[in-house]
Amino acid sequence: MMILTIALREFRSMFLSPLAWTVLAVTQLILAWVFFSQIDAFFAIQSQLTTLPNAPGVVDLIVAPLLQVASIILLMVSPLLTMRLLSEERRNGTLSLLLSAPVNNTEIVLGKYLGMLLFMLLFVTLLSLMPLSLSVGTSLDLGKTFSGLLALLLLLAAFTAAGLFMSSLTASPVIAAISSFGLLLLLWIIDRGGEQADNIISYFSLLKHSAPMLRGIIDTADLAYFVLFIITFVVLTIRQMDSQRLQN
Amino acid sequence: MSLVSVNQLVRYYGSHCAVDRVSFELNTGDILGFLGPNGAGKSTTMQMLCGNLAPSAGEIRINNIDLLDKPRAAKLALGYLPEQPPAYKELSVDEYLRYAAQLHHIKRPEIGQAVALAKQRCGLSQSGRRLIGNLSKGYQQRVGIAQAIVHSPEVIVLDEPTVGLDPIQIREIRDLITELGESHGIILSTHILPEVQALCNRVQIINQGRLVFAAEMSELLQKQETGIFEVAFARAPTLDTLNQLPYVNRVSSSDYGRFILHTQNVSGERISQDAVENNWGLLRLIPTQRTLEQVFVELTLTDNTNTDGADTTTASAA
Repeated sequence: MMILTIALREFRSMFLSPLAWTVLAVTQLILAWVFFSQIDAFFAIQSQLTTLPNAPGVVDLIVAPLLQVASIILLMVSPLLTMRLLSEERRNGTLSLLLSAPVNNTEIVLGKYLGMLLFMLLFVTLLSLMPLSLSVGTSLDLGKTFSGLLALLLLLAAFTAAGLFMSSLTASPVIAAISSFGLLLLLWIIDRGGEQADNIISYFSLLKHSAPMLRGIIDTADLAYFVLFIITFVVLTIRQMDSQRLQN
Repeated sequence: MSLVSVNQLVRYYGSHCAVDRVSFELNTGDILGFLGPNGAGKSTTMQMLCGNLAPSAGEIRINNIDLLDKPRAAKLALGYLPEQPPAYKELSVDEYLRYAAQLHHIKRPEIGQAVALAKQRCGLSQSGRRLIGNLSKGYQQRVGIAQAIVHSPEVIVLDEPTVGLDPIQIREIRDLITELGESHGIILSTHILPEVQALCNRVQIINQGRLVFAAEMSELLQKQETGIFEVAFARAPTLDTLNQLPYVNRVSSSDYGRFILHTQNVSGERISQDAVENNWGLLRLIPTQRTLEQVFVELTLTDNTNTDGADTTTASAA
């Protein structure tokens, strides 16, 4: 109950500043352009495709690249959204409203997380309108499309969890943004160089676990990776809040 | 049973001991003035009281509920205004107070009423739709107080509530605190000593983490007679003559031909008698009262030089 109260407050507050509107507008604009150029490219090679026996479809050539670009843009943008979650409250002294209210740290952290997740859900919903609009003119592989959207949503949920944790570490939103961007980028590229696919370090890569899903292969191992990733960072955030009450 | 009971509270920052074995109690109807120089541990104590900081050792009971064991139940009875009002600048006063009420488990149908009452008490009735960020400092402070009382808690903790306000606002806030004090227990931290004298019925002073003074206000007022008088005469005698009066310990001359007599605690009557007998033409005879400020300065300055002060709760106002 309290979690929901905090989450809704967080979600509404986001739209009281221009930040959320700007992020939505800019990302939609860029992604719309990507979407448009992918369609253009598809038309250019359409005639050749018909000659191929097992040709890739609309989803493979338009939707998957679109979601790929979206995930990279959000890798850069989500730290800007998550940076203020806890650090700004700490800096402005508003955190003490929550700390002296009869709610515990778990509720505060989960509330903040869910509030940001609602925003990410809104983003994915808006973005999904682009591929879904294709179903007006052609038959869309809905399974593949939703698998891709699920991958994007899981990625954003993971970005949010990591950003929330970074935001709990410092009272400076800028530092929170830079460090969560650094962390996400590192996790994104960590499997590079490990061309011999299956070493342990590359297992931590966000890219490695999201790429199959974007192509339409939902593997429980990948799902488990994201769930564990999210739980780990949310729990770390709660621990961090607890220890700040002790040490400060 | 007391509203708040703090027992042997200790708080370390690293190896630095910010609060050292502080104990006190608060009852309904009490307005407890909490004084101390900057960095003495006032805010730390208050933060611990409100669950923002965990104590290193000790016990805090609010409404006889242990704050550390059952924080949720204990915090329901608590309203806290930190030094910096915890107000979200992008929200309107109404939105903010509704949120604060929700956080304190006020049932949905009762929220409107609770918010309206808090606004009315803090003089915010006209400002409900304004953004907190656009309000003046004084009004933001009021929003902070409204936030602390919206769930009508038994205990209200106010950390420097009148900082940055103009004199009229200060008076309004003081009236509000007095009004609240009738039905709640209030802990008030401030640097303004006359404010404590005007508002509080109990006072305690903390210095270097230790409680060095705790007394009822009435007790303090009784001990105000200090035996020091400010006098002025139409035909003033010399300093020597005054010095030779049997009950005078020390005389110093002050501005405008006035003298300060340090006596062995005689009443003003003796001095006026002598003045009449000697035909000095007594113009003014004012007993100097010992103010809270003097107590404060004495305690906080002496304890700086003499760090191994005795007991933690020495209630000496001699």
